[in-house]
Amino acid sequence: MTERSEGTHRHSRVVVLGTGMHPWGKWGRSFLEYGVVAAREALHDARIAWTDVQYVVGADTIRNGYPGFVAGASYAQALGWTGARIASCYAACASGAQALDIARTRILAGLCDVALVVGADSTPKGFFKPVGGDRPDDPDWLRFRLLGATNPAYFGLYARRRMALYGSTPDDFAAVKVKNARAGSLNPMARYRKPVTAEEVLASPMVADPLRLMDICATSDGGAAVVLASEAYARRRGVRDLVFLSAVSTVTPTFPNTVLELPNFATDSCAAVPAPERPFRAAIAHAAYEEAGVGPEDLSLAEVYDLSTALELDWMEDLGLCPPGEADKLLREGDTALGGRLPVNPSGGLASFGEAIPAQAIAQLCELTTQLRGRAGARQVPSPRAALAANQGLFGHGSALITTR
Amino acid sequence: MTHAIEGWFAVDADGVFLLGTRCTACGTVCFPPRPGFCPNPRCEGEEMEVTRLPRRGRVWSYTNACYPPPAPFVTAEPYEPVTLAAVELDGAGIVVLGQVAGLTVDQLEVGMELELTSGPLADGPLVWMWRRAA
Ligand SMILES: [Zn+2]
Repeated sequence: MTERSEGTHRHSRVVVLGTGMHPWGKWGRSFLEYGVVAAREALHDARIAWTDVQYVVGADTIRNGYPGFVAGASYAQALGWTGARIASCYAACASGAQALDIARTRILAGLCDVALVVGADSTPKGFFKPVGGDRPDDPDWLRFRLLGATNPAYFGLYARRRMALYGSTPDDFAAVKVKNARAGSLNPMARYRKPVTAEEVLASPMVADPLRLMDICATSDGGAAVVLASEAYARRRGVRDLVFLSAVSTVTPTFPNTVLELPNFATDSCAAVPAPERPFRAAIAHAAYEEAGVGPEDLSLAEVYDLSTALELDWMEDLGLCPPGEADKLLREGDTALGGRLPVNPSGGLASFGEAIPAQAIAQLCELTTQLRGRAGARQVPSPRAALAANQGLFGHGSALITTR
Repeated sequence: MTHAIEGWFAVDADGVFLLGTRCTACGTVCFPPRPGFCPNPRCEGEEMEVTRLPRRGRVWSYTNACYPPPAPFVTAEPYEPVTLAAVELDGAGIVVLGQVAGLTVDQLEVGMELELTSGPLADGPLVWMWRRAA
């Protein structure tokens, strides 16, 4: 580890005691079922009983009315009421990270010793669409109504911008998919388990120029859960090989945010106030590094938010894994593949899983933990010490996690 | 002609303009227009005057929608891919997204100059759009 910082919580640390997932796919069942399967798996892995859990946090999914908006209680009821304390939270794609943050903070505050965090979703087919009705005061509804600007349209803008700035090519983007599909083929929880070729990616239908169908992540069903505990609790139970959740970043952007973000029509203006030193994605990662007291050079692997193939390359630079414009080079040299110097998305990423919104940040933590425990089987990264996962929620919700051994 | 949204753009003899707000205290500009409080965290301004934004700018990036976008977007029959451009307005330090009229992705380039126009949605009302600068 670097000397730069002691980290925020040197003497009071939070441990990932257990992880669990429901396989991702398009199963057509209730999100509750996926969440409960993942939760029971995490409890089993942690070797604790549901009745031992003092605090439960649910990352909410968007379903009007009961039970999506009150996921914590939905999972608690499904597992059987125990009188545990509870929270539910929604932060779009950062919901899982915020759920983890709430549980971790509660443990750090000494208010509980062991907490269960659950996220799951069951998605409709096709593009994510806004909620129905006539809602002209909702920017998410308006971007569809006025412009037809879907999520992939924004990914297309980022990709085309990257091509103009750094000379990335559709071949580079396809190579990200090939890499992630290969990793996903080794992950029994992934939805897509078939390796793909660059030719297949480049022959898939164009969706949002320059991105093709296989460059863009699908919407999926899935669930993930973790058991978090205080270090003292873990040690009392005789757990060795502890994996620490050393940072959870939930930072917002700094004004003016000069990158066009979903679902906005425009950026903030930098006419009166200059753009900040760190754009939003870089700020998300920076806060996590500061809190954990580690830097990019300490990482053994990273799980990053590959909503599109091109976005994985942007994130690598924002995470400080390489200077701006050099992610393609790392990719081409195999550095970010399994077996490379710094595997990116060794789980297979969203390319192999698809999006199950409230579950994805928790699923990332499952992968980091599994890797740090040395239990990732065929996709195991050799002797990892520190790992980072990054994600981002609509409307300025930051999300990054760092785990260390 | 009906506008698809009121108060976001104006059409008159001088052309099509996006309507933003400008903070009288610090000069911060917003689009869409945002009344009330200044978004600059170090400014306590509460006077946001409506202002016409520059009509021209350079392409920050562009893309298209090869598949028909879902409702509430209304697609024309037969469907022609919608082209979108994010344009950095001259001197306003702001990037604004809009549909592009009369150009496909093959005719666009990052850095290319565009200007504001307007065009109808498939069901009639007008919305702002970008076109090749005259
Ligand atoms: Zn102001």
